Amino acid sequence: MNVFSDLLSRYDLVTAFLFVGLVMWSSSFLARSLFRSRIPGAAIAITMGLLLAGLGEKKGLADFPVLAGLSLLGGSMLRDFSIVSTAMGASMSQIRKSGAAGIASIFVGILTAFGFGAATAWWMGYTDLRSIATIGAGACTFIVGPVTGAALGAPAEMIALSIAIGVIKTVVVTVLTPLIARWIGLDNPHTAMVYGGLIGTTSGVAAGLAATDPKLVPYGALTATFYTGTACLLCPSLLYFLLTIFLS
Amino acid sequence: MKIYGVAFLAACFLLGQLIGELLGLVFQFKGNIGGVGFGMLLLIVCGDAAKRRGWIGGESESGIHFWNAMYIPVVVAMASTQYVGATLSGGWLSLAVGVGGTLACFLLIPWMARLGGKRGSNKPESPEV
Repeated sequence: MNVFSDLLSRYDLVTAFLFVGLVMWSSSFLARSLFRSRIPGAAIAITMGLLLAGLGEKKGLADFPVLAGLSLLGGSMLRDFSIVSTAMGASMSQIRKSGAAGIASIFVGILTAFGFGAATAWWMGYTDLRSIATIGAGACTFIVGPVTGAALGAPAEMIALSIAIGVIKTVVVTVLTPLIARWIGLDNPHTAMVYGGLIGTTSGVAAGLAATDPKLVPYGALTATFYTGTACLLCPSLLYFLLTIFLS
Repeated sequence: MKIYGVAFLAACFLLGQLIGELLGLVFQFKGNIGGVGFGMLLLIVCGDAAKRRGWIGGESESGIHFWNAMYIPVVVAMASTQYVGATLSGGWLSLAVGVGGTLACFLLIPWMARLGGKRGSNKPESPEV
């Protein structure tokens, strides 16, 4: 047994290929047999991944040495590399047509998430402006929260809280997107670009669109990838400044 | 050769990240602004031009399509390495903000989608219909 697990953890990336392949295979089997193809196999596979991640700690399943390769396969390098590859064959004219709406939705999305987070924090009794801003930034993505918290010098537990908020957002986006896609009209590149800009969390958007319609991935991912950078710029500066005006 | 396509993809990716890093420097922000997005734009524009000139195509393009097909498995791996425990450790505030803030953004999608383009008039990949 030891020999076998040593082998798996030594070739961890290859093990991850095998593992993900098995997850995809069993979920497409479930999709066909249990859900009669009404829920796409990818959606089930991603949800299954999230559920399994609950078995581990900070790094999800990758906390088990045998499955450590998952953090390389699912890490930001290969994720971003494969996101870029989806752009091959995307229509430039479509992007140009929807570009303005996409850029506008990035700003509206950041303002909405930050505003909602800050308002909720204030309503729940937080008075420290740095903490309120960090919570608002956490409502953008789990990267914006800690970046903003560090820039403003917010307490460490607020930074941890903002990461938790960002992770919850990713999970909610992942699970909810395929379920409500039809209801919000998410079936065309234009709406996908707006969706990416408004929601912004790259991992959530990437997973949500993959589960909804892989053809829409490049459009949503394109705007979403500008969201985190823009939010990291705006939250500790302009939005924090606006917050100090509003709340004092 | 498939590797030509993969190398081309890698070049677009790295160049895009470089633009993102430089933009980060301009705004004096420790990090990358939209590097992935610039990489995607580069791949669309340069990929189209290279295909028209016959520099990449067929076999080498399938190197890019391989990574395109790996996208969903990569996302599954990503999902299985999330810190799901964090969703419970933050208490009510994190649940309220995480869920509520996300729903608020979802509600804005149909409204924002009406800007600059008629909804439903641009379905993907169906010019003949």
